[in-house]
Amino acid sequence: MKQRTLVVVSAGLSQPSSTRLLADQLSAAAVTAAAERGIELHVRTIELRDLAHDIMNHLLTGFPPVALKEALDAVAGADGLIAVSPIFTASYSGLFKSFFDVVDKDALADKPVLIAATAGTARHSLALEHALRPLFGYLRAVVVPTSVFAASDDWGADSSDGFLQTRIVRGATELATEIDRREPATVADPFALTVSFEDLLK
Amino acid sequence: MQFGIFSVSDITTDPTTGHTPSEAERIKNIVTIAKHAEEVGLDVFALGEHHNEPFFSSSPTTTLAYIAAQTEKLLLSTATTLITTNDPVKIAEDYAMLQHLSDGRVDLMMGRGNTGPVYPWFGKDIRAGIPLAIENYSLLHKLWREHVVDWQGKYRTPLQSFTSTPRPLDEVPPFVWHGSIRSPEIAEQAAFYGDGFFANHIFWPASHTQRMIELYRQRFAHYGHGDPDQAIVGLGGQVFMRKNSQDAVKEFRPYFDNAPVYGHGPSMEDFTRETPLTVGSPQQVIDRTLGFRDYVGDYQRQLFLMDHAGLPLKTVLEQLDILGEEVVPVLRKEFAALKPAHVPDAPTHASLLAKKQAKEEVSA
Repeated sequence: MKQRTLVVVSAGLSQPSSTRLLADQLSAAAVTAAAERGIELHVRTIELRDLAHDIMNHLLTGFPPVALKEALDAVAGADGLIAVSPIFTASYSGLFKSFFDVVDKDALADKPVLIAATAGTARHSLALEHALRPLFGYLRAVVVPTSVFAASDDWGADSSDGFLQTRIVRGATELATEIDRREPATVADPFALTVSFEDLLK
Repeated sequence: MQFGIFSVSDITTDPTTGHTPSEAERIKNIVTIAKHAEEVGLDVFALGEHHNEPFFSSSPTTTLAYIAAQTEKLLLSTATTLITTNDPVKIAEDYAMLQHLSDGRVDLMMGRGNTGPVYPWFGKDIRAGIPLAIENYSLLHKLWREHVVDWQGKYRTPLQSFTSTPRPLDEVPPFVWHGSIRSPEIAEQAAFYGDGFFANHIFWPASHTQRMIELYRQRFAHYGHGDPDQAIVGLGGQVFMRKNSQDAVKEFRPYFDNAPVYGHGPSMEDFTRETPLTVGSPQQVIDRTLGFRDYVGDYQRQLFLMDHAGLPLKTVLEQLDILGEEVVPVLRKEFAALKPAHVPDAPTHASLLAKKQAKEEVSA
């Protein structure tokens, strides 16, 4: 089996959070969809709550503390990314945005990304399309067509074979397909010289 | 090994008293601080260059010449000279002048600057930061080494039959360090010319500094200037000391918590763990500083940041006393005992002149 990595970023604040619940369902579905394509997905889930102070410190000092650096490296090196935010005041949460503010601007280029969000009611669902999708578009990620939104209602009325589960499987399958089409992710060495000094002098 | 201090020239309110020094007060204070650095036996005083408030040091050679006139041995340097937005012709002229006035007690550290608007204020494009640093330095290097220069580049009006005056003292250009926090191109530039490389060190984790220095050392050897461990490396450091470490922590905390750059961010404990900042007893500073060698190898220059974040003059002078009396003598001895014979000291005017004369004798 091919070996690939999946990083799941969850910006839920409460513990346990419905954002994390959705993130876990998406990653489980991605693992299954990938396995059907002969890929063993290694999942790493990052809870942004654990890194909240580090993220703000990075914004203030210009360098990432050790734990955040490790998370940023994991994102940059991932073959696929699932990004899940709660919807706050018509958009992604500030913590979610702050994390992606400190991700290197080239780190997500051509990386398959599945976006998802949670909120109290379905009235917030288009925030995925008007906020999260353009954010990852700016970062030149390949955002799969299906985005997955879960309102509080979705955790009840729709059982495991209901609409939410359908969207989860569809999004996860699209993500697995994009991961399958690509070579393993490579990370550019920030210390590598891309041109010779003689060329720079010209 | 050389020890000294570097100042970013910030005018910051003392958070414990609310006192903000005037420009006049801070400028006079920096002269007092530099003179005291010599009195306590330090080797180097380096001054930053900024073109925006709240910094006073827009004109480093004026300040450094004034200090040179009142000191005997102190080596005067910069931290940094803006190689991107200054005219390299003016740098060549100003620092050759300073070299004469100070009897050769001058070297420079080149940097690109970190204040975005300075580029447009001086008619430059920040996106061309690296190409500007490379072209400008290449011209500066030439102006100090060739009597009559014909030159054409992208960023400055061409020169025909131009001679930069005064000529460098004894026809020996000042030694140059290149400083950069994260651009491998600048480590490459330092290596290409066989110049020194200075790692700011104080705002970033050690692992990062280690990679940059390692790159510079490898490339220094690649360009045939010697073995990797013979490259000329300088490091920044940041300390606050009292006899009892708890007193140091208590006294420095309000300055840390409100400092420009990292204030209101990480805790002092976090920052102390993740960067070279040491707040404690002189012995803690000695141990930490000796530890730098473990990840950058034997190095030639250690500069400490001392006069920032609104610390009052009296406190800065006390810090210099501790540094000069209790810390540096031990560091000198310990570093010297560890350094193999083939690792050179930082070049000085005297050593560069001797090298030039030796070379001339061989060719004659």
